[in-house]
Amino acid sequence: MSIFLTENSKVIVQGMTGSEGRKHTQRMLASGTAVVGGVNPSKAGQDVDFDGTAVPVFGSVADAMKETGADVSVVFVPPKFAKDAVLEAVDAQIGMAVVITEGIPVHDSTYFWAHAQGGSTRIIGPNCPGLISPGRSNAGIIPANITQAGKIGLVSKSGTLTYQMMYELRDIGFSTAVGIGGDPVIGTTHIDCLQAFQEDPETEAIVMIGEIGGDAEERAADFIKANVTKPVVGYVAGFTAPEGKTMGHAGAIVSGSAGTAAAKQEALEAAGVKVGKTPSEAARLMREIVGA
Amino acid sequence: MDLFEYQARDLLAAHGVPVLPGGVAETPEQAEAIAREIAAPVVVKAQVKVGGRGKAGGVKLADDPESAKARAQDILGLDIKGHITHRVMVAQASDIAEEYYFSYLLDRSNRTFLAMASKEGGMEIEQLAVERPEALARIPVDASVGVDEQKAAEIVDAAGFPAEVRDQVIAIAVQLWDVFTKEDATLVEVNPLAKAPDGTVLALDAKVTLDENASFRHGDHDALEDSASADPLEAAAKEKDLNYVKLQGEVGIIGNGAGLVMSTLDVVAYAGEEFGGVRPANFLDIGGGASAEVMANGLGIILSDPAVKSVFVNVFGGITACDAVANGIVHALGILGDEATKPLVVRLDGNNVEEGRRILAEAAHPLVTVVDTMDGAARRAAELAAS
Repeated sequence: MSIFLTENSKVIVQGMTGSEGRKHTQRMLASGTAVVGGVNPSKAGQDVDFDGTAVPVFGSVADAMKETGADVSVVFVPPKFAKDAVLEAVDAQIGMAVVITEGIPVHDSTYFWAHAQGGSTRIIGPNCPGLISPGRSNAGIIPANITQAGKIGLVSKSGTLTYQMMYELRDIGFSTAVGIGGDPVIGTTHIDCLQAFQEDPETEAIVMIGEIGGDAEERAADFIKANVTKPVVGYVAGFTAPEGKTMGHAGAIVSGSAGTAAAKQEALEAAGVKVGKTPSEAARLMREIVGA
Repeated sequence: MDLFEYQARDLLAAHGVPVLPGGVAETPEQAEAIAREIAAPVVVKAQVKVGGRGKAGGVKLADDPESAKARAQDILGLDIKGHITHRVMVAQASDIAEEYYFSYLLDRSNRTFLAMASKEGGMEIEQLAVERPEALARIPVDASVGVDEQKAAEIVDAAGFPAEVRDQVIAIAVQLWDVFTKEDATLVEVNPLAKAPDGTVLALDAKVTLDENASFRHGDHDALEDSASADPLEAAAKEKDLNYVKLQGEVGIIGNGAGLVMSTLDVVAYAGEEFGGVRPANFLDIGGGASAEVMANGLGIILSDPAVKSVFVNVFGGITACDAVANGIVHALGILGDEATKPLVVRLDGNNVEEGRRILAEAAHPLVTVVDTMDGAARRAAELAAS
């Protein structure tokens, strides 16, 4: 098993004909993902060739779903058009929309999040690397060749720290790794992933990577205390970040006493999470737990 | 991006929110001219992006243009909690009968917008929220629905505004929502929202934070940026589209991905504890691609920082393979030539790492040391910065 994304997932790409969309569609296909279509109203009816695999382009998400049975959309659409693209996916009631696009105005993401409430679409991101269930499917830009399927579940705000952690624990492998994104408003949270990993029989232990800004890690700590029986190892980036400076991600900012790495570490440790001081220490803690 | 008060005031006025006449001055003479035009007692206010300016002597009353000039003279140049005052706002002074509070903000935790309102304004709202939470109404606003007159009335009534100002505050609440959404703000705060003795409600002070991600649809927002106070290295980096933040340390940092770079800062600071407390000199994320040109631009900025004693390049080869990153480093050092004068510690991991390390070993650049682990490389970079 895995969470959110399985070998049966059928993936379409919104923005497949753009340069990023094209590059990563190629990579998703190469890693065995069932990419069944792209969406671009002005190129509907055409095929795009990816090393001999012809992927059809549809005029809308709804058309693509009707023709292919797609249940996941990966969104590479530029910030200016991302809100409409996500709204289209939500209105078509696709199961999951993975929003890779970086730089979406927070009014737009807050709007599409509100619009998706009560609907049937799980939103991942925005500003995220997507998610991978190694050996099964890859929806986004996480490199598929870092590691294989295994028993660790990973949830992270940061893309490269996701890759780093997958690399450190590559011999053990991962059920699913989810990059939830570094924006102030995101669709799927640490808590959503923790809950899914808790329920996933294949996942034996969970790595949770956080960073400064907001209170998502503190909330996740409360959730772990009440609901998670599987071992959780944590890592939080940004101990040395000064107040009031945004560290790369739009959401990574310490404002006043809120959002500091120290507060997050403290909350996680109080919930029984073993927190590494560095990524490699977190990896060591995980090795001790899974005995590898 | 946080705006100065005068910029916030102009934005509010542009959306119809009632404000008092005023203007911004960079010299005492300009302040005098504005006061002359207003032809009434004025208040001269330091324009700094920090609270507590009144207590620091940054807000003064002036009865006539000459004393407005003198007060501006006092305030311009004033250091308020490390912020130097470059401008003052000169606004008509107003007698205040009552002070209220009103704001819209992004509520990250609940992924929605929030309206906050109180009939007890003037004081720091954080203080009010702690001391008398019942006096502060907090009403969530659905981003897909927004604030119309009915919603505004709900907020205003929840806060218990007096009946004689209710209609005025409802109208202002709708106008402020306009500012919040049409300008892509993440905060619009009016404190105080004041009732003058004649019963008119006015925005006397405002804080606005704009979302920089939305700048593509606000060509006019660029002009609001405070380039004068920006760090020169940050300004140079911005010109090259680099994601750079200047910090107060000695180890220059380059990495790919915001999370990994943040983590690198931490690891360097921990390692620095062993070497006289050296610390990271900057945050610089060169992103997933990490081309030679971007690497050269980044190295160029960091090496031009006189505080930097050593540089730590920390790259995880994910989408970009390590051999491409290694070629980028070698190429960047070629571009920089004699400008590259400080030792570089490079840690590469991930895709094609052996080939990447081989390329760096073969190039054998005298300034470059390759260390296999992130922790080890941080230690080495800290040691070099301390020596």
